[in-house]
Amino acid sequence: MTAALELHDLGYRYRSGFALDGISLAAQAGRFTVLLGPNGAGKSTLVNLVTRLYSPGSGSVRIGGHALADRPGQALARLGVVFQQSTLDLDLTVGQNLRYAAALHGIGGRRAEAALAQAFTRFGLTDSRNRPARSLSGGNRRKLELARALLHQPAVLVCDEATVGLDLSSRRMLLTHLRQLCRDEGLAVLWATHLMDEVTPDDPVVLLQSGRIRAAAPASVLMARTGGADMEAAFQSLLAGERP
Amino acid sequence: MIALIALWGILVREGLRFLGQRERMISALLRPMLWLVVFASGFRAALGVAITPPYDTYITYEVYILPGLIGMVQLFNGMQTSLSMVYDRETGSMRVLLTSPLPRWWLLACKLIAGALVSLVQVYVFLLAAFAFGVEVPPLGYVAAAPVLLLTGLMLGAAGLFLSSAIRQLENFAGVMNFVIFPAFFLSSALYPLWKIAESSPLLARLAQFNPFTHAVEAIRFALYLDAAPLSLAWVVGSLAVFSGLAVWGYDPSRGFLARRVIE
Repeated sequence: MTAALELHDLGYRYRSGFALDGISLAAQAGRFTVLLGPNGAGKSTLVNLVTRLYSPGSGSVRIGGHALADRPGQALARLGVVFQQSTLDLDLTVGQNLRYAAALHGIGGRRAEAALAQAFTRFGLTDSRNRPARSLSGGNRRKLELARALLHQPAVLVCDEATVGLDLSSRRMLLTHLRQLCRDEGLAVLWATHLMDEVTPDDPVVLLQSGRIRAAAPASVLMARTGGADMEAAFQSLLAGERP
Repeated sequence: MIALIALWGILVREGLRFLGQRERMISALLRPMLWLVVFASGFRAALGVAITPPYDTYITYEVYILPGLIGMVQLFNGMQTSLSMVYDRETGSMRVLLTSPLPRWWLLACKLIAGALVSLVQVYVFLLAAFAFGVEVPPLGYVAAAPVLLLTGLMLGAAGLFLSSAIRQLENFAGVMNFVIFPAFFLSSALYPLWKIAESSPLLARLAQFNPFTHAVEAIRFALYLDAAPLSLAWVVGSLAVFSGLAVWGYDPSRGFLARRVIE
């Protein structure tokens, strides 16, 4: 089976010395893949490489079967992103933010209106469509970013610490919604987080530490290998360097 | 088709942002009007302007500096483009632009076109205000100048785009005022003809000849009087190409120049 997102031997080095090295992973369609790692592990750098904000020093990225380096247009057309930092234009309304994003993916006119209507309904934003993004709560801003990332029906959704700053119920709502999208629509999600309670036993997990992959397997397998009492203990054990 | 939809989306967004910033329009109008009404009136008696092309008669100082002030409107707007790009970078919204599936050069071109159109609106509002104060040009000049104004708007916007790729933080924008806008404006033919500058300092006149803003002003001046300034137009086109090239280079992710700023 071809992965929706494939990273092969990806590397990037900062002038400061920190490097992301030899990163190979795959996110399959219909799966919620977790990129787990402590702060500073390199998750955001990886997201910046996948989204072409950075150019890799080595290796390759393929999105929906298209190499990002050779066919960036086709590859990025199949990618939706939610960054850790808000990327909304707070001066524009909810609808204007979505229309702008739709236009940047070549969706205009009636197609854009249909996509917007679906997004409003799906994320419960219909009543907020004419409100400035600035006036939304943190949870609704995240919903809007997610709606925007999915507007062009990407094959892959990459989320970088997308629940930071959200309360527990908003976090749960967001995660439930995304897992449902994976199941129902075959979306491949790469979910970068440092919060272990966002991982379920069935999730494929890629554990990142200091710019390198420490382990990659379903969460339940990693738990079994380390013999940890719970997921947190298992991951702490892996991060501490105990080989499975 | 996809590229055109994106262009339209960016035009609408920039238009909405411009309309939402009333202070920007007011300051874009107030600044040149102060120069026209206060500064030019004060210097009217002190500065005589001989008959030089494209003028075929003696003109008042207000008439002389009108193209320079139009250039000023576009220069500030170009730098506003730069400011807006740095702001977009700091607020994160630039990531939305840069992760879209269109070529980066096209996205920058869309921003450039949007900025030039906004500057065109500002210029015509200023020309209307100047007309109300009795400073006017031949009626057809208002129409004939439009393509040249679009060109000069693009050139100054491209300079702003390049600067935005090099400016690290929003706070550094004050440096742009001191090191770009003021030298470009004062070291040009906006306020005095080059021959007048040469009388006091041949070196400054020489430097002004190599200032793209001088040529933007001269291209506008000649167009307003239904004349052409081929050398100045060539300078404007050449500068547009150079600044656009530098902007595309500055926003190239493989250099890491922009990339580092995107996440900072």
